[in-house]
Amino acid sequence: MDPSALRLSFALATLTTLALLGLGLPIAHWLATSRWRWKFLVEAVVALPLVLPPTVLGFYLLFGLGPNSPLGRAWEAVFGQRFPFSFGGLLVASVLYSLPFAVQPFSAALAAVDPRLVEASHSLGVSSLATFFRVTLPLSWNGILAGAVLTFAHTLGEFGVVLMVGGNIAGETRTLSIAIFDHVQALEYGPANRTSALLLAMSFAVLVLVYALQRRPFLRWTGR
Amino acid sequence: MDRSLSFDFARRFPRGPTIRARAELALDGERVTVLFGPSGSGKTTALRALAGLDRPDEGVIRFAGETWFDGSAGAFVRPQRRAVGFLFQDYALFPHLGVARNIGFGVRRLGRAAREARVRELAARLGIEALLSRRPAELSGGQRQRVALARALAPSPRLLLLDEPLSALDAPARAELRGELRRTLESSGVPAIVVTHDRVEALALGDRMVVMIDGAIRQAGRVDDVFAAPADVDVARVVGTENVLRVRLARRAEGLAFVRSGAVELAAIDPGGLEDEAWACIRAEEIVLEDAPGPITSAQNLLPGAVVARAEEGPLVRLKLDCGTPLVALVTRASAERLGLVPGRRIAALVKAPAVRLVPRNG
Repeated sequence: MDPSALRLSFALATLTTLALLGLGLPIAHWLATSRWRWKFLVEAVVALPLVLPPTVLGFYLLFGLGPNSPLGRAWEAVFGQRFPFSFGGLLVASVLYSLPFAVQPFSAALAAVDPRLVEASHSLGVSSLATFFRVTLPLSWNGILAGAVLTFAHTLGEFGVVLMVGGNIAGETRTLSIAIFDHVQALEYGPANRTSALLLAMSFAVLVLVYALQRRPFLRWTGR
Repeated sequence: MDRSLSFDFARRFPRGPTIRARAELALDGERVTVLFGPSGSGKTTALRALAGLDRPDEGVIRFAGETWFDGSAGAFVRPQRRAVGFLFQDYALFPHLGVARNIGFGVRRLGRAAREARVRELAARLGIEALLSRRPAELSGGQRQRVALARALAPSPRLLLLDEPLSALDAPARAELRGELRRTLESSGVPAIVVTHDRVEALALGDRMVVMIDGAIRQAGRVDDVFAAPADVDVARVVGTENVLRVRLARRAEGLAFVRSGAVELAAIDPGGLEDEAWACIRAEEIVLEDAPGPITSAQNLLPGAVVARAEEGPLVRLKLDCGTPLVALVTRASAERLGLVPGRRIAALVKAPAVRLVPRNG
């Protein structure tokens, strides 16, 4: 097994999950509470990566953020590195590709919080932001944790987008799933099997955790 | 302190009704205003608009010289800035926090010591000190209501809004908590608006009453005045009980309570919980009219008097009587003709004791 690929996969999954907690929670909160009539358009955009082939997302990212585009030149100026075939590029692609895997569980968890409790907090003089941290988050943490875990697992296993945007550079963009592909191409079935078994075991463990979290909160304080 | 509340707003629901609420309430002399009406009449919508939880589509809301909402100017004061306490129908206690932290939720800025003192003070006032370390899930309906009231009162609101405060309770608890709620509201010194569709609650809790039907306010006035003189047929149908007399308990005997309204004494079934003042409610159709002086009957209450006015209502005739206290009776047209019931006619009004319903009014 390739230890640098393992490290890279974990770093990518961890950073993607953190980025999606920051980016996905506000989007999910807006989706769960907004009554805007065109909200379904945003919902469709967020869900796009679920149905889009990763190659399509990868192609447009390369096209939009490649060295020949204005955005790509801005990227290069800021990070000192081209977007394609870099870890940073990989991270952006992962965040976009995993967006629905984070936002949908987040949004479901936030929507399950009784809006009366939020209103009660508001009428007690507590600001919307403080209400989020004092009421909404404590009552939806298990769903949010499930979303974060799902995001982590999904990023760990992604292949198409990584190959399109990141290529296959050892230590920079070669993740576990790419490493498996390499091994199989080179007919190295032993290492391919070991890496595959690792991913299978981790994915299974993660899904068990997700379903356990969603079925029954560990702390029984949802006694409504 | 100026605590006048005036509002005139409309809230439209897509493919639904439009709620229009308009009233001016002084709120100073009268502690508790009841917003009364059948379910679906728009009471809760109006209450939520006052709290700032819903934004009306147009109109104005003003309280104590401040403009809370002005549709044409685009002004809207957020609920956080209104200093209004709101009691939700199901109390909406925070399930992840204990009772003490629920009560102290809105007074975080006070600092720990002052906050804890405030929580203890309110718990003592509402008699829930023993519950402070419990979780909301472990409380009975009545206990939840007290905790929710304490939580709403903790930040010293300028106005208290209560949405059907007793409807989440079972019948025995409801009867028990009615009087207690009235006392709490009165001693809090905060003017309150209570939404209810229950006549007994309106009588037991309110000083003033605002009647709302089909999304519009139809009548406002003192509780007994509204019951005694409904503005129109719809209000009369909704308030239901035509005769509401302010009475005092005179004596008790043989399971009956004898109450007095002026010179008139009425026998009624003792509802329990009666201290001094009460409302005696008699439906107009429960009053039987006899030629005066009446014969001996099983009815406990025999009130001699005279017909004051008469109005035809389909097959029925509505009669205003003066029997030492004003009464309204509803009889069939045939009975009215047989007895010759016209203004000036001397009659005796018969009311059975079980037809006199007493609503205790404590505090």
